[in-house]
Amino acid sequence: MDLGLTEEQEMLKKSAQEFLAKECPKKLVRELDESDTGYSRDLWNKMAQLGWMGLSFPEKYGGNGGSFLDLTVLLDEMGYNIVPGPFFSTVVLAGYTLLEAGNEEQKKEYLGKICTGELIITVALTELDGTYDAASINTTAKAKGDGYVLNGTKLFVPDANVADYILVVARTKKSANPDDGITIFIVDAKSAGVKYTLLKTLARDKLCEVILENVRVPKAHIIGNLDKGWSVIQSLLKKAAVAKCAEMVGGAQASLDMAVNYAKERVQFNRPIGSFQAIQHYCANMVTDVDGSRFITYKAAWAVSEGLPADKEVSIAKAWTSEAFKRVAVLAHQIFGAIGFTMDHDMHLYFRRAKAGELAYGDADFHRDIVARQIGL
Amino acid sequence: MDFQLSETEKAFQQKAEQFVLSAMPPGYTDRCLYWPGAYGAILEFEERDPAIDRFRERMGEEGWLTMAWPKELGGGGHSFIEQAIFAERLSYHRAPGTDISTLIAAPTIMRFGSEEQKKEWIPRIIKGNLRFWLAYSEPNAGSDLAAIQTTAVEDGDDLIVNGQKIWSSGAHIADYAWMVARTDMKVPSHKGTTLFIVDNKTPGITIRPLINIVGFHSFNEVFFDNVRVPKKNIVGEKNLGFLYLMVALDYERLAIAIGGFRRQFDELVKYVKGTTRNGEPLSANPSVRRKLADLAIDIEVAYNFFFKTAWMMDNNQMPNIEASVLKLFATQLSRKLASVGTEILGIYGQLEHDSKYAPMRGQYSVGYLDSISAVIGAGTSEIQRNIIAQRGLGLPRK
Repeated sequence: MDLGLTEEQEMLKKSAQEFLAKECPKKLVRELDESDTGYSRDLWNKMAQLGWMGLSFPEKYGGNGGSFLDLTVLLDEMGYNIVPGPFFSTVVLAGYTLLEAGNEEQKKEYLGKICTGELIITVALTELDGTYDAASINTTAKAKGDGYVLNGTKLFVPDANVADYILVVARTKKSANPDDGITIFIVDAKSAGVKYTLLKTLARDKLCEVILENVRVPKAHIIGNLDKGWSVIQSLLKKAAVAKCAEMVGGAQASLDMAVNYAKERVQFNRPIGSFQAIQHYCANMVTDVDGSRFITYKAAWAVSEGLPADKEVSIAKAWTSEAFKRVAVLAHQIFGAIGFTMDHDMHLYFRRAKAGELAYGDADFHRDIVARQIGL
Repeated sequence: MDFQLSETEKAFQQKAEQFVLSAMPPGYTDRCLYWPGAYGAILEFEERDPAIDRFRERMGEEGWLTMAWPKELGGGGHSFIEQAIFAERLSYHRAPGTDISTLIAAPTIMRFGSEEQKKEWIPRIIKGNLRFWLAYSEPNAGSDLAAIQTTAVEDGDDLIVNGQKIWSSGAHIADYAWMVARTDMKVPSHKGTTLFIVDNKTPGITIRPLINIVGFHSFNEVFFDNVRVPKKNIVGEKNLGFLYLMVALDYERLAIAIGGFRRQFDELVKYVKGTTRNGEPLSANPSVRRKLADLAIDIEVAYNFFFKTAWMMDNNQMPNIEASVLKLFATQLSRKLASVGTEILGIYGQLEHDSKYAPMRGQYSVGYLDSISAVIGAGTSEIQRNIIAQRGLGLPRK
């Protein structure tokens, strides 16, 4: 057993901390939260120059050849600084879908340009049902000539507002088994018939409604096999869930750090409030949740990274972390009192993201059901 | 024992319901985003709305504002149970209810004010169109209110006030501050603090907005720079302000929007009944059913604390534990209702109130943010637990 980070991972962590503290201050986070694009091209380019987009992708596609666990370390730090922008959708969602299912030509073209920061790509999965089940995929792709025609509405699509391409998960065949007959298409976001609208969300995280109306896509734009796309999505959902946990762990750690610092400084009744047992117990509960989330998330990330069957670990991590971050954020708010209830204070930025993180790629109940199946129920 | 309303109480409840439904500004129930137990999304704190002013005037005209006051002071002489019944109906319909003027200022003036003050203030408060804001908290005096530093120094017929107040809900739309400041710095603050009324229009007052995390302008920070206040505005005796404050806490015991909990819950149940997920009615989902049942039980418990507190007050029993438990439990429930409610809404629970896909006008996402304030405002949960343990159960302070 080795439960520590490697020397390289420690260096990555440290350099990410230093870079983000300088380049992604809360002032920028707030500006981007309020903006329509939600990201800064300048910050994006700098991250690309550091090789972050290609960190965990093979060298032959322009990446650094790192592991999924390396990416987890980076996402942890990005969550700590709540870095806004399409990194998660481009690297985790689109990048891993292309890596797993794309052909060589597609990988060279799209993955290569993801690594350089040239392309922003997202995945349009969820529909009106608001779930992560195959049966909820009702967007249709009908064969016509040498291509397909897509019709449907996708919801909660991250960063569609700035994406160059959208990987659309569509139904190409109706069958008794809902997992069968789903295909992934890479769609130019500027194609005729693609329309996006920003949804107003608690985390201001640029989730979109994407309407596809008679969107024509060439056959060559299928990613993976016709009708067999769902297994790719299932594998992606696991990675996305762990990756989201990594961000949440960072966010929870930041909430804890902020609250503990405040508890040491804020004086009421002639003593720092951190000297009160009630506050000390809150802090103890918080650190239990933060460390619990971190250990369990890194275990799941390690399993994914090693290519081991990780369904159970992933779902344990997502079920626990989804609720743990919320508990931490609530206690941090309680320690800050009224000042934390203002827009000017940073705490709500984390509180909002705890909710968004919980809902992304399966909430706690969704993953508890998987854990139940995994333990043989 | 009899847990049912008597025939008289039932008739009173109907009368209350009819008044609320007939007097509410049209569409207000569906426009209002108020979350039960919380402080951040109360429309009346954000803006002065003529329709709300009119509603409160009608409450005044028809005696609802003064229903609890003694008959000899022009009040209705109603019992606390009847007040509780009325408050429940008001909050069920999200109607504006009692405020600082009726809940704190009027009873304090009636009990401790001079005859002149009674004549000056009470008739105006009864009319329903006078607003006070509570000038208690300061940047370094939150839970520890005794740490206030704002001073009021005597100068002829005036007090000269200097300092800063914060978390001043509705100060920007109010007419007067109901304020405490230090009048004797040489003694502990509970012996050297005075309660007085300040006209918002007095020179030297600067009111700055603080936008809360729901996006509402409900709070302010208010600066006092050599503000002259006539001494006749001192309520009760000089230096006894903290005593009046403590007494006034008793008046607030039933100031929890109990009906709001049931209203939000009823709307959630309706939504669940009408929604399908994964091809199944949401109401058939075992997890959703358990969560709703759990909330229904908690709301019933909160109602019982509410009516028990009122009943004890009618029967001259001190609800020391019950009133604090009511505040503690109801505000924790405010958090839980929003949290569990948004869980039930699933991925839609993150949509804000002006999003077209937001279920129930996004009230639950508003509540999710707003309920952060519930367990902080008007005495944090930690302070309530201290009160329950120390005053209620007699546990030692040290």
